[in-house]
Parts: sequence; structure tokens; C-alpha cells
Amino acid sequence: MSTALPPNPSPQAPPEKGTSLTADAWRRLKRNKLAVVGAGLLVAITLLCIVGPLFTGYNPEETDPKNAFLAPSDEHLFGTDSLGRDYFTRVLVGGQTSLMVGFVATLVCLIVGTLYGAVAGYYGGRVDEILMRFVDFFYGIPYMFLVILIMVKVQGDEATKASAVPVFLSLGLVQWLAMARIVRGQVLTLRDQEFVLAARLTGASDARIILRHILPNVLGIVIIYATLTVPAVILLESFLSFLGLGLELSWGVVVSEAVNVVNPVRSYWWLLLWPSVFLAATLLSLNFLGDGLRDAFDPKSRR
Amino acid sequence: MVETLVLLAFLGLIVSTLWWPRPVVRAVGAAFVGGLVFLAFRGPLGVLGAALPALGVAGLAAWGLPQRVLKRVCFMVLSLVLLVFVTTWLMYSVPGNPFASEKQANEQVRAALRAKYGVPESATEFFVLYMGRVLGEGTLGPSLKSQGRTVEELIFPAFPVSMSLGILALTIAVGLGLFLGVRAGLKPNSWSDSGSMAVAMVGISIPNFVIGALAILNFSLLLGWFPVAGWGGYQHLILPAITLALPYAAYIARLARGGTIEVMQQDFIRTARAKGLSERAVVLKHALKGAILPVVSFLGPATAGILTGSFVVETLFTIPGMGQWFVKGAINRDYSVVLGCALLYCALITMFNLLVDMAYALLDPRVREEL
Repeated sequence: MSTALPPNPSPQAPPEKGTSLTADAWRRLKRNKLAVVGAGLLVAITLLCIVGPLFTGYNPEETDPKNAFLAPSDEHLFGTDSLGRDYFTRVLVGGQTSLMVGFVATLVCLIVGTLYGAVAGYYGGRVDEILMRFVDFFYGIPYMFLVILIMVKVQGDEATKASAVPVFLSLGLVQWLAMARIVRGQVLTLRDQEFVLAARLTGASDARIILRHILPNVLGIVIIYATLTVPAVILLESFLSFLGLGLELSWGVVVSEAVNVVNPVRSYWWLLLWPSVFLAATLLSLNFLGDGLRDAFDPKSRR
Repeated sequence: MVETLVLLAFLGLIVSTLWWPRPVVRAVGAAFVGGLVFLAFRGPLGVLGAALPALGVAGLAAWGLPQRVLKRVCFMVLSLVLLVFVTTWLMYSVPGNPFASEKQANEQVRAALRAKYGVPESATEFFVLYMGRVLGEGTLGPSLKSQGRTVEELIFPAFPVSMSLGILALTIAVGLGLFLGVRAGLKPNSWSDSGSMAVAMVGISIPNFVIGALAILNFSLLLGWFPVAGWGGYQHLILPAITLALPYAAYIARLARGGTIEVMQQDFIRTARAKGLSERAVVLKHALKGAILPVVSFLGPATAGILTGSFVVETLFTIPGMGQWFVKGAINRDYSVVLGCALLYCALITMFNLLVDMAYALLDPRVREEL
């Protein structure tokens, strides 16, 4: 580590501050305009979705049939939908759910995938072969099948119907395979390095070595893939909503309701436009941010 | 309890394929290959007619297929059986059952229905019955909800519909993606590169049912170029196939671009140029092969994604494909329809994955040893 070296003794050159890998990557990330714009947009959308519904003065579920299909106006910023509900509020509240699903499911995937991959990579040999064979098995199954079955199960059960937790879990659980593979690959290259040997010689337990010495070193790549998992999960949830198997109110639900009422005679364009814009902007920013992070941390992949 | 034990036993069996001795792998793998052929031809050719080609193929497999491939076959077939079990278990754990909606039925009638349709109370018993029926009689059984019809009668007409949609979409995805990606990769950081990649990013980020809905509005309703929805001639196929293909075309374009950039920096490209080949020949003869390697390894997941992604597109365009049967079956608790769809799809996808891996090994000598 550069910090452990003695300070530069030569008096002519000013003592240069060593740039760590993270600082270097951070600098590169800041130079990537798309990634910075993406991050800013993401923060803006998230804040709007959290704070916005408090000020619109409408309930996202309150119907008002007399005012159905109103075009956007000062009264209703994004117009109203087929049941006269304020569309602005619905889009923002739907955004809360979609973003939450994305982040929580990614957290689940991150914890499961990282630990699984780290254990497989660290122990290697038979343990690795067995654990990775499970991953191969699940990789071979189109996960849409499993997700649809799990969602049907969740919705059929009175106890879990209203809660979103099973959705988070099931969406996270189908995404962890790629994470496990990536982490395993990284850990395989790390486990034979000197610092792990040093830790082992000081008598650290395996759990301690994995958690305190190895995982911090794969954190960068884990964060990159987590950033790319969030949009994937949000997209998957919107597919499920479109099939009628998603949550009660999310961007997917709002868009699919819009798709169902749009027709050639009266194209209620605002119904399709707004949720799509929010959804696409969020996914674009996340993807740009993820790409930017990957380029920043992996100089080889830079143009 | 029983289910957990069966599950563990299965997982153990699948993992143990890692350490099977070579002759066992060879024999079991060849038997599995022959068995699959037998099941596929049993319907049209009858038991005896199917047994002959099955034996022939099994013999050929035992004689000619590499050890690695046979090992993969063992793993795949066992995985498929495990998949049937897991699906059954999940279906049984969903509250309600196929006969819950028969309001008047008393206990005896329900029991009689369960016996008639072969739906015992426990998942494991159903699994045993189902596998017995699939292997013993070669049928997928009666549908539990559409009265008097078998699963084959329901999903086989839908199968070619989904397949033609899927194959066309895959062709578009690969063709468009390769074209855009290679072109962008040949001139990195040019305008055409940034343009293609921006389009690709949008394609990845917008859910395809939104793109599909916009396409219907624009091309079908406003311009009247294509029918709005439904199924009939080739013109019904175009919009859904493009909708389905776009995200994958975008992804393939990104992979092909990366592959092309990397290949173009290799020494053998410099050599090819130095010996005076035209740029066209350099790209087509030398670079393309390397550039498509990452795309080939993405073909497996892409196919799985396109086939299952068609659930959404089929719903949007009201296409009578397999997706509706799976989703409807899952919601209606029609166990045998769900299992039939899952089995058919997963068999296709695993087989395709194997073919892709074999193709990959042929293209890239470095991984030939690993397959």
C-alpha cells in the first residue's frame, strides 16, 4: 500500500499525494459526463418521488369518475386517468414503489450473491464445484417461470398479498446468480495473495478473512454490478405488473393501465407518456451510472 | 417434509454427476439422448417406430459424442426432472387447487375429480404420477381446467406461433445488433459510434411493452401499415418480432462493439493489413470471427430471454402463443398446463444452450478443451 511507504525524502520534488485506486476511479467517474448527469437525474427523480406526493394534495387511489381523462392542466399537472385519479400523484407514488423494489431487491441479491460467491471462491475445490453446480442449475432455468410462479403464490396467499416484501425477495433471489459468479471469479484470484496469507498467519478465522480482508477488495466490482442490477429488477417488476402479477401501484402498473386504455380515436397521450418518461429516465440514468462506474474502476474497459 | 428430502436427494444426484466415472457418464448420457429421441418420436411413430431411431441415436451418441458433452447431457436431463419437481412443489404450495372453484362439489366429488385427473393431495405423489405418465405413456396429460382437452391439444397449436415469433425476433436481434455493433466498433468514438450506442442504451432502458404500445399507436393506428393485433399472416408477425428483438439487438450491439474494438488491436489484424488485404477482407475474414465470440456466448441467455419475454409481447399484441397458457395456467392452478409449458420451454432452452456452447468451442480453440 502506498500509504505504508515512508514519505518521499527527496527535497526537490514536492511530496506527491499517492492516489489510491478509488480516488483514481472517482476522478475518472467525475469526468464521465453521462454518468454524472445520470447520477444527478437519479437523485432528482428519487427526491421528487419521495417528497412530491406530499404536496400534490391528491390521494393516488381516490377516484373521481366525473373528472376522468382530463388533459394535463394546472389543476392536474399530468392530467387524470380513466378513473379520474390525479396522474401526477400516481406516477410519483408508483415511482416510490418501483425504486424501492429496485434497491431492496438488489440489496438482497448483493448480500446473497456476494457471500455465496465469496465462500465458493475462498474454499475452492469440491466446495466450489458443488456450490457452482447449483448456480449452473438455476442459470439453466428461465427465471421468468420461477418468478411468475412465486408471484402467483404470493398473491394467492392472504397473509402475504398486501405486503411487498415477498416481491423484493423473489426478484432479488433470481438476480443473485450473476453476482455470485462474478464475486467467485474475483475471490479466486485474491485468495492466494500475500495479504490473505498474512491474515491467516495472524490466526484470523475464515469468516474474518472473508469479511474483513477479501470482501473489501471486491467491493468495487460488486457495486458496479449492483448498479446494473437495479434497472434490471425495475424492468422485471414492470413486466410482471404488465402481466397482472406485480405490486399494487408501481410504474409498471401505471404504464400497463395506460397501455390498456390508449386507442386511436382518443389517444390519451399523457397516460402513456409520463410514466414511460419517468421509467425510461430512471433506467437510463442507472445504466449510464453503472457503465461509468465500470469504466472508472476498470481502466482496461475504457475507450 | 417428504418434499424437502426428495429435493435434497435430487440436488445430491445432480451434484454427483461431477464424479461419475467415465463409462457411467458415457452409458447414462447416451441412454438419456436416446430416451429424448424416443419421447419426441413416440407420438407420430408409435412405440416400435420410435424405438429404432432412439436406439440408433443412443448408439451414435455413445460412440461419437465427446465425454464433456455427455456429462452435460446427464446434468441437463436430471436438471429438467428436478425442474418438474420444483414447479410441482411451487404449484402445490400456492393456496387453492384446480378444483376449488367447483362450488357444489362435496368431499366425495372432489376426491373423485382428483382421482380422475390424477391430482393427489401431495406434491410428491403428483410428481410421481406425472413423471410416470410422461415417461410411460408419452403424454402431458389432460388439462385440469379446459374440460375434455389434453395439454397437447392446448399448447401444441400455440407452439409454432411462439416459435416463429421467437426465431424471427432472434434473427432480427442478431442481425441488427451485429451490424450496428461491428460498424460502431470499427470506428470507435466517431459520430456513428456514439449514435448507435445511444440508440442501444435507449433500447435497453425502455421496457419493450412501452415500445410495442407506441409502435401499435404509430404504425398500426395512425399509419395503418400493420394490423393492430391478433394472428394471421406474416404482417402480424413483424411488429411483435421487432418489439421483442430491440432490447436484445441493443445488448448484442454493445457486446459486438466491445469485441470488435478488442480484436482490431490484435497483432494478426496488423499482419493481415500489412500483407495488403483490403479493409473489407480484414474485417470479414479476420476480425468478424473474434468480434462475434462475446455475442455467441450471449446467445443462450438471449434465447431464454426472448422466449420468455414473448409472454409480455404476446399479451400486448394478443398473439395466441404459449405465454398465455403458462400465465393463465399459473393463475388458474392448471398444474398440468403449467408443467407442460415449463417442460417444453426448458428442454428447448437447455438444448439450445448446449448447441451454443458446442458452437463456441468450435469457434474459439482456447475453450475447446473445456467443454
